[in-house]
Amino acid sequence: MFQFIGIKDFDWTMFFIVMVICGLGVLQIFSATLDTVFADSWWKQIFFIAAGLVLMWLATVIDYHALMAQIYPLYIASVTLLVVVLLVGKRVFGSTRWIPLPAGIHLQVSELAKIAIILLVARFLTELRSDVLELRDLLKLAGIILLPMALIAKEPDLGTALTYLPILGVGIFLAGMRWKYWLTIAIILLVVVPVGYASLHAYQKARIVSFLDPERDPQGTGYQLIQSKIAVGAGGTWGKGVTKGSQTQLRFLPVPHTDFIFSAFAEEHGFIGVMLALVLYFVLLMQIVQNGQTAPDRAGMYVCMGVGALLLFHILVNVGMVVGRMPVTGIPLPLMSYGGSSIWSTFLMLGLVNSVRIRRFVN
Amino acid sequence: MRFSSVEHRPEPTQPQKIQLRDDASFASNKIAAFQYTAVAIFLFLITGFWELQIKSPEIYNERAERNRIKSLPVVAPRGKILDRDGRVIVDNHSSWSLILSRENLHTEHLREIADGLHLDYDDLMQKVARYRKRPKYEPIIIKEELTPADLAFVESHRDPETFPEMETILSQRRLYPQNGVLAHVIGYTGEISESELDEPDFAKYNQGQIIGKTGIEKEYNDILMGVDGERQSVVDNRGREREVLGIKEAKPGKNLQLTIDLDLQAVAELALQGHKGAVVALNPQNGEVLAMASQPTFDPNKFAVRIKGSDWKEITSDPGNPLLNRAIQAQWAPGSTFKPIVGLAGLESGSIDEDTVFHCAGGASFYGHFYKCLEVHGAVTLHKGIVASCDAYFYGVGNKTGIDNIAFYAHQVGYGAKSGIDLPNEAAGVVPSPEWQMRNYRQKWYLGQTISVSIGQGATTVTPLQMARAIGGIAMGGVWHTPHLLSSATGKEKPHEWALNPDNVKRIVYGMYGVVNEGGTGVRARIPNIDVCGKTGTAQVASAEYEKSHRDLKDNSWFVGYAPCYNPEIVVSVLWENSGVQGAMDAPTARDVMKAYFDKKVRIAEAAAEAERQKHNPASAIVSALSPAHD
Repeated sequence: MFQFIGIKDFDWTMFFIVMVICGLGVLQIFSATLDTVFADSWWKQIFFIAAGLVLMWLATVIDYHALMAQIYPLYIASVTLLVVVLLVGKRVFGSTRWIPLPAGIHLQVSELAKIAIILLVARFLTELRSDVLELRDLLKLAGIILLPMALIAKEPDLGTALTYLPILGVGIFLAGMRWKYWLTIAIILLVVVPVGYASLHAYQKARIVSFLDPERDPQGTGYQLIQSKIAVGAGGTWGKGVTKGSQTQLRFLPVPHTDFIFSAFAEEHGFIGVMLALVLYFVLLMQIVQNGQTAPDRAGMYVCMGVGALLLFHILVNVGMVVGRMPVTGIPLPLMSYGGSSIWSTFLMLGLVNSVRIRRFVN
Repeated sequence: MRFSSVEHRPEPTQPQKIQLRDDASFASNKIAAFQYTAVAIFLFLITGFWELQIKSPEIYNERAERNRIKSLPVVAPRGKILDRDGRVIVDNHSSWSLILSRENLHTEHLREIADGLHLDYDDLMQKVARYRKRPKYEPIIIKEELTPADLAFVESHRDPETFPEMETILSQRRLYPQNGVLAHVIGYTGEISESELDEPDFAKYNQGQIIGKTGIEKEYNDILMGVDGERQSVVDNRGREREVLGIKEAKPGKNLQLTIDLDLQAVAELALQGHKGAVVALNPQNGEVLAMASQPTFDPNKFAVRIKGSDWKEITSDPGNPLLNRAIQAQWAPGSTFKPIVGLAGLESGSIDEDTVFHCAGGASFYGHFYKCLEVHGAVTLHKGIVASCDAYFYGVGNKTGIDNIAFYAHQVGYGAKSGIDLPNEAAGVVPSPEWQMRNYRQKWYLGQTISVSIGQGATTVTPLQMARAIGGIAMGGVWHTPHLLSSATGKEKPHEWALNPDNVKRIVYGMYGVVNEGGTGVRARIPNIDVCGKTGTAQVASAEYEKSHRDLKDNSWFVGYAPCYNPEIVVSVLWENSGVQGAMDAPTARDVMKAYFDKKVRIAEAAAEAERQKHNPASAIVSALSPAHD
């Protein structure tokens, strides 16, 4: 399983970009938590990143084929853990998402289960040995993914549950699906969305309503969206400077070191800082996609593209939320938001991509 | 078996790829599509930042500043109100007020806040609703005069998790004299009302400001009010102050010195206590109001903050009508106190002289009707007519002088018009005349009415203030100053003058001297060594028959007196409503006020003489300095 890996094969460009983004994240966490009870978050985050680097190295050296061979036990373990979360998880802000671990760490299983889903989709689609996805296989795959999604949505954590969809989406897109199936899915969505909306939790409905019209309830759910937009706009071109953003420092911005970290970043670093960060994210994505293109096999390509799609979705939803173009869903910004689970799952996924990369000349 | 699915889909264009190649090349077009999607998404996000940060950052900057910076009002203390000797009548004292910050106000908290502070929930809701259209950063003052219990409630509940909208500020509260002394003159303050805000005069004020509602507080509100300051500070999302940006100090209102003499005022208030009536003391030489009392009175301290509904009900439903300032608002027939004016009209118009005689046979007949007098006075001349207050004599004078002359001189002395005192809502009274009757009732004047007016009955009504001014002005020889309460206004206004024949004035004054000093009806007003003049009066409040059937409707009694007889320094009018007894209580009340005035004058003169002596004799100064202080 372990084989010699040349250090030069590792994607150092990606590594550099990741470290810069993480550095911006740590700086912003430091600034956003100054003089608060979370003031120790920035060095905790450094610890998470350090541990993440180890995880990334592990995921790189382990052959992804070996992981895919064990994917069904991994999948079952993930689903079981999600059930455990629902049973014994720690309840925070009315939602049960975390399993308490020693050393005060709370593990968000739904973040780590993404790895299993990516690998599962890759293996499933590879095993089709076809350039076209049949309906039966599509339904089978959808069922496999909908089960953990349903468990996560039950926590309730609709935002994280939805992040599983791009993995499925990019998978079936690449595997090739007939137009009539896309059409069918579109029609089904048209029916399901209103029904689904009706079955949402009140706070979830409120979030959607406030996304559509944030000024309607400025003290309630729309508050976060309004404050975020104010923070971003107040940043202007050059930003207010580290620890100088009033929206961030005076806590008008909600959770400025986790979900709304990019809003705090935009306030303190301005449009210039935002462009820098977005360019870094974009280059990172393209780096991942390029690794997918040069993958030695379909499985590797599916893995890379699954990771890419997932990160793109995270960026779209989180950054879109910050500027008021997406509803408040409470999903983190990869590599910048404070939190071990998110950092670790991201580093693991990037490790998978590197695992594909260093084996690109194997065949 | 899975391969079967591709067998029917041969790829003729690429015959070398019979088998599916297990590499990524098959999806390169789709990967490219993914890349374009990523580009589109990033552009979509960048336009979002462009719009907020480049196109209109000012809007958001301003909103961030509004979040960050909060202004709290620093309430300016109102000016104090002082008496003529500089003694404090109305003072302020500091107290805590509770304000609700509307930026983090949660209406669902209001019930608990109302309960905690013992406020009426509905009132509070209405108040909050009234502010709905105002800018968010304007706070609402919901309770003043916080008790220690209130403060404890606020401090224990204002944390971010409970009711962060509660804030306290230090403000000034009005402290009025106890027992309603001078309550009608001073008036009271209150929060500006919705209806007042709509009036142009009040446009300069803001919602929630405390303004004068009645009396001096209203009349001189602009002087007393001062300008509120502001405290700007940086706050966090919980409203906790992080940094003070600046304080604009409040500009306190100016102090106001009144012409009122508290010593005289106290005498007047004491004399009236427990009755319905009014006392007005003026200096006829300059119009200064020395004392003005009205009973029953009210406690303005109840209004000082926000009057409770129950207190308001109690005050307004009181049949004694304690809010009425009888000194300027009670309009009653002047009765016999009108006789000097009728006499003056007769003398000045030349219809009578001091020797003109009218016969009193317990009354006299005019136009086929017998008008009664209280006694049989026989042949009566002017002096006796005034001293004995003979109705029959004045019937004759009035009949001969005519209503037009009477009305003319009544107007000259200031009846039938507001005196122009610096208090709101003064009443004008009525001087009946043929024109007045035609204008108001579209009726012709009957000569019989002149007979009634001659003794101050009929439609004639005056206020106690008008009466003091009228008689004082006659004694001054025809100079009627505008009564005023503001000390600094003395000498500023031109008095109304109508040159009276000094001989005629003397004749009237001599009559009024007789009333007090020659066994007339006002004998109780005598003060030894001081020449007091005066005139009593009793006025029916309804027809005699009606009064008989309603025992509670007793006559009002009047007394107006002044001293000394020539160049008077003080004129006092006293009204007792429903007293029923002529001069029994009025004259002594006026006497007490005048006596207090002259006693004080003597005291001051003695003190000045003493001070003068000490200046020239240092030894006695040391002795007096060592002796126990006396006031």
